[in-house]
Amino acid sequence: MTMASAYSPIDPNHIGHNNLDLDIASDDAPGHGEGGPASKQIIVSYGFWIFLLSDIVMFSAFFAAFQVLAGYSGEAAPSYDLNDVAIETGCLLISSFLCGVAALCASKRWLVRTELFLLLTGILGAIFLALEVREFIGLIANHQGPTDGAYYSGFFALVGCHGLHVTVGLLWLGTMMAQLITKGFRQDILRRLACFSLFWHALDIVWVAIFSLVYLMRFAP
Amino acid sequence: MFGRLTWNAIPWSEPIPLVAAGMVGLALAAVIGWVFLKGYVPYLWREWITSVDHKRIGVMYCLLALVMLLRGFSDAAMMRSQQALAFHGPGYLPPDHYDQIFSAHGTIMIFFVAMPFMVGLMNFVVPLQLGVRDVAFPTLNSVSFWLTAAGALLINVSLVVGEFARTGWLPYPPLSELRYSPGVGVDYYLWSLQIAGVGTLLSGVNLVTTILKMRAPGMSYTRMPVFCWTALASNLLIVAAFPILTATTAMLTLDRYLGFHFFTNELGGNAMMFVNLIWAWGHPEVYILILPAFGVFSEVIATFSGKPLFGYRSMVVATMAICVLSFMVWLHHFFTMGAGADVNGFFGIMTMIIAIPTGVKVYNWLFTMYGGKVRFSAPMLWSIGFMVTFVIGGMTGVLMAVPPADFLLHNSLFLVAHFHNVIIGGVLFGAFAGYNYWFPKAFGFRLDDAWGRRAFWLWFCGFYMAFMPLYVLGMLGMTRRLQHFDRPEWYPWVLVAAGGAGLITLGIGAQIIQIVVSIRNRALLRDLTGDPWDGRTLEWATASPPPAFNFAVLPNVKGEEPYWGMKQKARQLAHLLTAEPSYSAILVPRNTATGVVTAFFAVFLGFAMIWRIYWLAGLGFIGIYAAFVAFAWRDRSEQEISADEVQELDRQNRLIRSSVLAEGVQS
Amino acid sequence: MSRDSVQRVSPTARDSGPGLELATPENEGRGLQSYFVGLILAVGLTAASFWTVRTHLIYGPGVPVALIALAVAQMGIHLVFFLHITTGPDNTNNVLALAFGVLIVSLVVFGSLWIMANLNHNMMPMSVLMEMQR
Repeated sequence: MTMASAYSPIDPNHIGHNNLDLDIASDDAPGHGEGGPASKQIIVSYGFWIFLLSDIVMFSAFFAAFQVLAGYSGEAAPSYDLNDVAIETGCLLISSFLCGVAALCASKRWLVRTELFLLLTGILGAIFLALEVREFIGLIANHQGPTDGAYYSGFFALVGCHGLHVTVGLLWLGTMMAQLITKGFRQDILRRLACFSLFWHALDIVWVAIFSLVYLMRFAP
Repeated sequence: MFGRLTWNAIPWSEPIPLVAAGMVGLALAAVIGWVFLKGYVPYLWREWITSVDHKRIGVMYCLLALVMLLRGFSDAAMMRSQQALAFHGPGYLPPDHYDQIFSAHGTIMIFFVAMPFMVGLMNFVVPLQLGVRDVAFPTLNSVSFWLTAAGALLINVSLVVGEFARTGWLPYPPLSELRYSPGVGVDYYLWSLQIAGVGTLLSGVNLVTTILKMRAPGMSYTRMPVFCWTALASNLLIVAAFPILTATTAMLTLDRYLGFHFFTNELGGNAMMFVNLIWAWGHPEVYILILPAFGVFSEVIATFSGKPLFGYRSMVVATMAICVLSFMVWLHHFFTMGAGADVNGFFGIMTMIIAIPTGVKVYNWLFTMYGGKVRFSAPMLWSIGFMVTFVIGGMTGVLMAVPPADFLLHNSLFLVAHFHNVIIGGVLFGAFAGYNYWFPKAFGFRLDDAWGRRAFWLWFCGFYMAFMPLYVLGMLGMTRRLQHFDRPEWYPWVLVAAGGAGLITLGIGAQIIQIVVSIRNRALLRDLTGDPWDGRTLEWATASPPPAFNFAVLPNVKGEEPYWGMKQKARQLAHLLTAEPSYSAILVPRNTATGVVTAFFAVFLGFAMIWRIYWLAGLGFIGIYAAFVAFAWRDRSEQEISADEVQELDRQNRLIRSSVLAEGVQS
Repeated sequence: MSRDSVQRVSPTARDSGPGLELATPENEGRGLQSYFVGLILAVGLTAASFWTVRTHLIYGPGVPVALIALAVAQMGIHLVFFLHITTGPDNTNNVLALAFGVLIVSLVVFGSLWIMANLNHNMMPMSVLMEMQR
């Protein structure tokens, strides 16, 4: 089967409706599932992608709640430091980049380099968390904690939810690093590493929304 | 040390829950004792509890649903009898107990009867219809089931230890906040749903991935059975909507446990936001329930009319339209709560629009029956009963979609009648149709059809007798959730409704008799060929019950209704279409205790959080994490079924079908 | 593995999972380049976001719009350069899933904001209501 015949001009996306009379065997209609079940790699990545989308819907519910409570409460906005936010953003962004590099190293089966970049990813993530915890403590001390008003409840829940996800991500990262050392580049370990990558990048995407619409928006004139 | 848990948590002073708990405890002890004494434990552990086979998990989901139906229905019977007795009198249920009963009734019916039944049917059927071996993530499937069971267990524990929520099945704040519900009732609700909700979400991810990425060779999207399309739409909704439930219950939990102010009266909380968010989940939820039922009816009606489903493409479009539209109507659950005319108008019109694709489906089912040779077995009766009942329920829904009308009918018994009309007429009838239809595939013998038909008529008449009076009562001004009343014009209707509940009780009794009779007569009811109904979709190509690997060789799909096409051609030729294939060994996923262990610790986590026993909650959490890591560390995730074994099992199937074809007999 | 359940396709053909690296030699350089370009663009856009709130060069009421636009652009950079989501036919499922997610998020967020704004407009402030209870 050549590549040319795979891209049928009548039915380029192989929806199949025009092929009722043809004998479509697995070689002629790959992709999107109708060439037989997809490979495990694709199934796992796609499944995790769907899960991530559900996670983003959860974040959007928290965001909607925050936006409603922030818009209608009479409280002062939380007194966080934009420089801290800038550093946190930088940490997460660079850790995302390094995670991507780690994924490339894993695809080339370089163990030491993979572990190194994963470690750096984790360290930057930990710095992010430390800064965030410090910010939370400061806010609580300043009577702007979650029990002090609805605006702060919404803020702590949304940002805290993201922080919880980062924490779980770090736990996962540690487990992945240990598994790579003990089991090497086995197919299922690689699939899980790919899922972790997806997760970490998605967390950065969520953070983009948070720092733009929660932190920075407050300073809009 | 034990948080808020004391011996007083057990309702010593309330005879009804005490007796109920005692009876359930005795029954449970009897069943467990019998299992132990007969030596079934190793078999159950090996073949069912640790199974990751979608067929086994599907059966367990349906079993959970049927058992919880008994609890949910007992609650309903108590409510109806209380109202029948409480005219100018106190009835027999004190108000705070009655409140817990109607809250438990709704929660159990939605989350632990309707959801598990639909998820169970989808789990069992979808991989078989798609012509593949299992779902995308079998172990995750097991985890999903056991987490749902954990949630069900927690709710049942609330009957014995502590209390349940008194807020109704959706715990609106500020009543559900700590100040006005200081007991553990709302906490039972919250943790039970959080745990079960995780299970459901994971199941949604699983089935979406399966349907989109795992189909038999040649099965393009337009060759999928309609049940798989409705399963896809339903699971897309699960993935989209359940996170909102997770977030909203988390917000209420934060309010109750850590003093947050999402929905409190003071410090800026907004109770209305709970209503908004919970219905943004709640409306897609009811479509999650009904879409698989629509799929069941599509399959049953086509099969029992002996014709292909009419209007396949319009069915698919209608299904996906319902999927998307269901996310644009949720305000109709709170028209009366102060939104302006433009908001109410928009959502009212969207609600009416969503009735259109459903109407398309109903016409398609009718046209499928038209000109066919209709066989009135139990599944078909449930389907016809559905079409009549659901249309009535749908019409009352469209009536209430008009905001001015809703202002009079909101929270009246008219509303209660409407949603029972669509849920019982739609979801439950669909569940029973699917249960009767696929039972032989799961167990190898049919259910007794005579008792099935009796059960249908009892349920059907019982439903109308129980709920049509409620429409009248709603018009007469009776609101929902009344523990007592004193208006004489309501009384006769309440009595009729109680009579209807009695008929439904007989219907449930008939279904229990049906199972007993069917098991006793299973030799006579045996499904020898694997295709007892002259089916049209791929699950009927397998033996009954199918082997663990479903298909020895994945079928090559060449058109819509793949199995029907193959079967007709084989009948023409009077022999099987293909020669015996060369068998190779098949790798199937290994059983694992991950699901049951995770759920075990989840129950402890939930129970501990409810009673504020934080050290126990920590242990539960560590247990879950440990189970997860243990699973991640295993080296062998699959086991092999040898080519000989595959050959042996497949030859039996081929032999029977060959002999049937040779005889020229319709199976 | 049973023969019939393995898909025999070349790695550059019809279907690809989200975020998967193309591990062939000719793609290796492109892989790293993708991440570098993504990083530079994302840093630039992030800096622009922070600058937007501090500067006086942008029309005041337009700042929220600018922030939203920059955020969307950054998310796009992440999706394209880090997650390798493209519009090719091998990515159709991934893009459709993403579009569905975006639709749901929009409905939830904008729907909730519209509804709650309406309700808040018509409802007495809770503090006044609580005062009336005393």
